[in-house]
Amino acid sequence: MNIPANLKYTENDEWLLLEGDTVTIGITDYAQDHLSDVVYVEYPVSAGDKVVKGDSITTIESVKAAAEINSSVNGEVVSVNEALTKSTGDVNSDPYGSWMVKIKISDPADVSTLMDAAGYEKYCAERSH
Amino acid sequence: MTEPTIYELSSKGRPGVTYPEPDVPLAKLPEGLVRKDLPFPELSECDVVRHFTRLSSLNYSIDSGFYPLGSCTMKYNPKINEEAARLPGFAHIHPLQPIETVQGALALMYELQLWLAEISGFEQVSLQPAAGAHGEFVGVSIIRAYHLSRGDSKRNRMIIPDSAHGTNPASSSMNGFEVVPVATDANGNVDIESLKSVCDDNLAGLMLTNPNTLGLFDQNVMEVLRIVHEAGGLVYGDGANLNALLGIAKPGMLGFDVMHFNLHKTFSTPHGGGGPGSGPVAVGKHLVDFLPGPIVTILEEGNEEVPPLFGFEMPKQSIGRVKAFWGHFGVMVRAYTYISMHGPDGLRKVSEFAVLNANYIMSKLKGTYRVPYNRVCMHEFVAEGKWEDAPDVRALDIAKRLMDYDFHPPTNYFPLIVHEALMIEPTETENKQTMDAFCDAMLKIAEEAHKDPELLRSAPHNTPVGRLDEVKAAKDLVLCCWIPENE
Amino acid sequence: MFIPHSEQETREMLGSIGVKSIEDLFRDVPKAYRFPAIHIPPALSEMEAISNLQSLAEVNETTRDLVCFLGAGAYNHYTPAAVDAIIRRGEFLTAYTPYQPEISQGTLQAIFEYQTLISRLTGMDASNASHYDGATATAEAGVLAYHQFRGKRTKFLVSCAVNPQYRETLRTYMAGICNICVTGDESDHDPLEDWKYLLSQIDTNTALVVVQYPDFFGRVYDYTELAEVVHENGAMLAIVANPMALGLLKAPGEFDADIVVGDGQPLGLPLSFGGPYLGFFATKNEYVRKLAGRLVGETVDHNGKRGYVLTLTAREQHIRREKATSNICSNQGLMALAATVYMSLLGKNGFKQVSELCYHKAHYAAEKISKVKGYSVCSGKDFFNEFVVSCPSDVEEINHHLLDHNILGGYNLSNDYKKLGHHMLIAVTEMNTKDEIDALCEILEEVNHD
Repeated sequence: MNIPANLKYTENDEWLLLEGDTVTIGITDYAQDHLSDVVYVEYPVSAGDKVVKGDSITTIESVKAAAEINSSVNGEVVSVNEALTKSTGDVNSDPYGSWMVKIKISDPADVSTLMDAAGYEKYCAERSH
Repeated sequence: MTEPTIYELSSKGRPGVTYPEPDVPLAKLPEGLVRKDLPFPELSECDVVRHFTRLSSLNYSIDSGFYPLGSCTMKYNPKINEEAARLPGFAHIHPLQPIETVQGALALMYELQLWLAEISGFEQVSLQPAAGAHGEFVGVSIIRAYHLSRGDSKRNRMIIPDSAHGTNPASSSMNGFEVVPVATDANGNVDIESLKSVCDDNLAGLMLTNPNTLGLFDQNVMEVLRIVHEAGGLVYGDGANLNALLGIAKPGMLGFDVMHFNLHKTFSTPHGGGGPGSGPVAVGKHLVDFLPGPIVTILEEGNEEVPPLFGFEMPKQSIGRVKAFWGHFGVMVRAYTYISMHGPDGLRKVSEFAVLNANYIMSKLKGTYRVPYNRVCMHEFVAEGKWEDAPDVRALDIAKRLMDYDFHPPTNYFPLIVHEALMIEPTETENKQTMDAFCDAMLKIAEEAHKDPELLRSAPHNTPVGRLDEVKAAKDLVLCCWIPENE
Repeated sequence: MFIPHSEQETREMLGSIGVKSIEDLFRDVPKAYRFPAIHIPPALSEMEAISNLQSLAEVNETTRDLVCFLGAGAYNHYTPAAVDAIIRRGEFLTAYTPYQPEISQGTLQAIFEYQTLISRLTGMDASNASHYDGATATAEAGVLAYHQFRGKRTKFLVSCAVNPQYRETLRTYMAGICNICVTGDESDHDPLEDWKYLLSQIDTNTALVVVQYPDFFGRVYDYTELAEVVHENGAMLAIVANPMALGLLKAPGEFDADIVVGDGQPLGLPLSFGGPYLGFFATKNEYVRKLAGRLVGETVDHNGKRGYVLTLTAREQHIRREKATSNICSNQGLMALAATVYMSLLGKNGFKQVSELCYHKAHYAAEKISKVKGYSVCSGKDFFNEFVVSCPSDVEEINHHLLDHNILGGYNLSNDYKKLGHHMLIAVTEMNTKDEIDALCEILEEVNHD
């Protein structure tokens, strides 16, 4: 299970990369493994939309499951990865290289309070199925 | 050999079924609203019959073999049902005819309402819902309407066990409820402590399938009902598993407030490749006014000489119409026929043997397939389709390999709480030889899983098509036939 | 009775399980509630049962005994014999939902062909595998529109000329969602006014506008202008269509409808006292992923052979659970098959022919009735096979009189429209002969003289 050290993680298997005041969001290796082949990615938001924690920012569908990314930060959408909707398989082959949404955040604390790589690894291990 | 589509078989200028020339003068056609071209194929009757006959040969069906699909109750569909539904007096009556001209149909519906209520121990039945999920939507709507009628608008949470069929939470959401899951304990019962912790003033009710999707009768069912009722909630019974309870227990007597039936499961009406079904709903006295309508009622009592006059009425505080007309009458006729041929003793035998059959198969398989709940099961049971020492093999592979042995696989991956679940429901109409052959196949496959797993992973081999590329189907979405250029 | 076990086999099975009797298997059922009596009549043999059913059936007067001019959402069309021959085949009739595609290619390909025919008929990009009926399909259009706008638009405009039962069903489905307003069909409105009255009510809070084609009164309109205004406001347009009319008339897709729904009962399904029928739902490509219900897609197997499979299943309840937009599980598989066989049998020319027969016979009937003293046709210029007749007396009484002459009169519109007292909705199909229509007019004339 690949868990890059430089990212932050949520309990919903999203990764976040904070650069300056912009956070880039995608889903983790664990998530793509559980979804299996992703066939569809859709964004209910676009550049300029304001989002608050809990707002749906991405819908992902695979053959056997569907998942939504709900924002874990408050801010404004900078951009969404349109190219990803044409090559959804990248989410499986390269989850950390397949970003979905970039958000300019109002409060960096929103990100720093999330799990780090070690915390996420522990979280994944503890989940029993 | 691929069967061509109707468009590929089409041939320009080929006549199909013909109709007489108009016997009236031709009227002027509406300007600007006439269709220029109708892109339908052109086939002869022989073409059509051959095409669909060949297609039918690609299907597995109850009429061809064993179909142990858990939760679906794939029992034998009696042919007499088809005769009954096709009687001209049933097939050729318009739903809006004056009621005086359809008293036979209304009498049948009225009696079916009574029978279903009696079988399940409830006060009143509505035959309106078109399928099980439709009945669930109705049941949950009734619960919502009930609370609102008592001025209780804060009850917005519905408890649903984690073993429930997906239609349960979906029906709750459609009604604006928040879904609150409750766990199943190690014995396969609703976890009582977990249940107590979510019962509060905001509780609308609990949706409970009993026996549940693990095929287990909840050993604490009375306690579960009591806890929910004390918190002011109502209990909805998902009747999909009623095949275990006919003459064995009546959900209404146990204390359920509302339930739905699946006529296409318990009462032998055919599945038709995905419908039509029929999902009548039964309620206790306190909920009678909320039923969806119209329902059949007696408008004028009869006496020795004159039969009663049947008609329709809308319950006083009905949740409203949930479809057009009166429900799936054609399906009701089939269920009515079935019940009339079984009577009380026959119905009880149905459940006794459904449960006997399931336990028999379980007794033969549980040494080889892990059955997570070591208890007597009801009409179905769940086994795990995996082994520690055969890590490459999953339930899906076992299912596909079963097809090579000429059996339809059991239900896969449901309920969600058992990993690599295989849900097996033989039903009462299977004989011992068939079940023994099925068990032999399952045991052989278990052996193959350890000795030659590739056989399973590449299965099926003997079917019209092999494993299909579902990723491609979703990504390169093609939902219509390719149509030749020059049409 | 269909239980095959002998006593010997039963004993062997009990032995294998390890219990003495079948009753032992029910110990988990609380004792006080175990084995209750069921008070229904004792079992009948097959012979007795069918005789009993025959008696019940014979009480009813059928459209074989009566000449039918009744429509209003269910129509008396002719079903070629081959339809029933196909759907009675056990391989179709007793098959389950095609979740295991390798052994369900018959069902899957048939549904795929059904989807294609419905898409072509309605002029839309895609169709699902069916809903329960036209009413629930209309309700699902409402649900789709609601989710399309994520609940931000709360107005649902419905023409009063949409089938009353469909409008009621839509309201029942939307009742579970807060703040929704279904409007446009208020009872104080003149029901025979045309659809243009809706235009002023369309705004940026409108999620969906629903009209019918032909409408409940049989009238036919070009909805292009309506679609333009709807889309200008960012809303969606759903058209409820009678599939039989589409053999002759322009497809609703050409008006730029977003959704086309309706009931496929006219496509070879028996009247059967109201069900089971066939809800169809067709839409544009951009809404396909929001579609409720099953969808069959084309693909290949690992040998490259063409095959069909249920697809986009991630939308459905068994995966999405509480996040599913609809709880639909069963569809109307066998009815969709029947409709597919019907449309295949008639084909491009036969289907157009039946549609035209309905049209011309209905227009002949309207022409003749309008000449009977006391009656007038008030449907307006263009109609398909149904029209509204203003009658000299109560419709109930007139129908009573017609019944004495073995004629099933039209629908009493005052049942649903307060302002249409003494108005009857007459339907004419390819099954009605010129003689029958002439006889109808004679009897109607008689009634007026009473």
